[in-house]
Amino acid sequence: MNIRIRQGAVALAVLATVAGCAGTGASRVSSADYDKDAAAVMAASFREQGIVKTDRLTQDEVMVACSKFGHSLDDDLRERFQAAALAEVKWPSDGKYIGDWKEGEKIAQSGRGLTWTDKPDAANGGNCYNCHRITKKEISYGTIGPSLYQYGKVHGSTEATQKYVWAKIWNPNAYSACTNMPRFGTHGILDEKQIRHIVALLLDPKSPVNAE
Amino acid sequence: MKNSTYAACVVASAFMFATPVLADATAEGIAKYREALAEGNPAELWEMRGEELWKEARGPKKATLEKCDLGQGPGVVKGVFVTLPRHFADTGRVQDLESRLLTCMETLQGIPADEVAKTPFGKGEQKNIEALVAWISAESRGMKFNLPMAHPEEKRMYEIGKRAFNYRGGTHDFGCVTCHGEDGKRIRLQDLPNLTKGPDAARGFGSWPAYRVSSGELWSMQRRLNDCFRQQRFPYPMYGSDVTVALSSYLGVTANGTVESIAPAIKR
Ligand code: HEC
Ligand code: HEC
Repeated sequence: MNIRIRQGAVALAVLATVAGCAGTGASRVSSADYDKDAAAVMAASFREQGIVKTDRLTQDEVMVACSKFGHSLDDDLRERFQAAALAEVKWPSDGKYIGDWKEGEKIAQSGRGLTWTDKPDAANGGNCYNCHRITKKEISYGTIGPSLYQYGKVHGSTEATQKYVWAKIWNPNAYSACTNMPRFGTHGILDEKQIRHIVALLLDPKSPVNAE
Repeated sequence: MKNSTYAACVVASAFMFATPVLADATAEGIAKYREALAEGNPAELWEMRGEELWKEARGPKKATLEKCDLGQGPGVVKGVFVTLPRHFADTGRVQDLESRLLTCMETLQGIPADEVAKTPFGKGEQKNIEALVAWISAESRGMKFNLPMAHPEEKRMYEIGKRAFNYRGGTHDFGCVTCHGEDGKRIRLQDLPNLTKGPDAARGFGSWPAYRVSSGELWSMQRRLNDCFRQQRFPYPMYGSDVTVALSSYLGVTANGTVESIAPAIKR
């Protein structure tokens, strides 16, 4: 595999020379060549294990752009991705956004699911505490995302907020393309029932997020 | 021992990102870690074993590793850790410490590299590799990273590593950059180094191999990367594969000239 890639690199270098590079000592290998080499290395370096197959490496258009541009997407792309994300949100089949906050807390705590050491039938967690402060009581929280403590108290539990939080969990790119937050609904990490419970955790006035 | 640096790593149980966390387990983790610190770094045991293994005639060819060339000439161990990965003319590849050791074990001792690569961490020949990397890294303790970039292949692996670091995919859209791309972030209570910047990259990259108090094992850099790919919900990176070497090239070059290597460190 190494050999194949190296031959590719040599071939590209030859092409670049033939193409009449000024030869001022500047690098003859372009960024696009490295992109190709990186794709070949990604494709050759992994194997399946447990429930995780190598198709996990397949990127959709959003992943490709977010890998390349990070958070500095150009405005056209950002608007297009956000509109597409919002359009694909699946709304609750019974129109109900609020479930049981106690169940929501369990899902927010759990980081289980979808690694090669996880069982296929185990319920996935939401990982929310890994990135967010949520309740006052849980002091072991991460800071990759903003604090969600008192979220419902600050924003109210109006239908508009309920819809926003629903969509945010389903596909957070709807409001901030290339966010670090996973697309829980889009990728089937969480199901409708689980999302309903988490919305309750954030918005129910009785939830410790808002009551404490 | 820089206690403050470690304090933040202490407070969590193993595999926190992928498992629920209990306050008791956390407290127990801290207690165990404090105890271990007071007793010194058990990685020393691996270091001693590693030095013995280097000089021990082993494998079908009953040879030692003393003629192994880790980049500074056959048998030179002092200072090599902070110059790897680098390009090796005999294999025509950029190699990290572990993939280079596979080459030496195969050519000098006749131990088949692909079999060692397929052996699970912590078992068989992989255990010997853990001891060897503990000793070899200790022989560069206190030195700054100084990976060469003159060879086009070294530059290429660095560029590939940078792209692999930013490659987002899988069920969670994660890439290394999601967890290690900004200053001062945490997952639960674990501090996340910003591996795109020199001093943090040197502290993160220059700590592994490390003794892990939570499991009582010595983890090599390959194992560290393997577990981050697991948390990333990516498929299994093959031992010594180009993606792992390229990532090390990227992290090592980013670390160049900043903070001294403390490997093998002690981690919670
Ligand atoms: C890997 C880290 C990560 C995980 C896991 C994560 N989030 Fe987020 N979240 C973020 C980041 C970063 C932002 C800020 C950028 C944005 O708006 O997308 C955010 C933003 C949000 C917001 C919008 C906040 C606002 O002020 O409008 C909500 C609501 C939210 N997350 C809820 C959740 C819930 C619920 C979960 C668990 C199901 C979760 N997040 C899991 C990283 C994460
Ligand atoms: C989902 C979050 C996550 C992702 C994605 C991730 N890591 Fe990590 N990484 C962590 C955590 C958490 C730690 C600290 C682990 C510990 O202390 O056990 C860590 C530790 C490390 C360390 C050691 C840092 C130190 O100071 O000891 C390195 C190096 C590293 N990761 C590299 C990577 C690379 C390279 C990738 C991409 C292949 C990656 N990580 C992807 C969460 C992540």
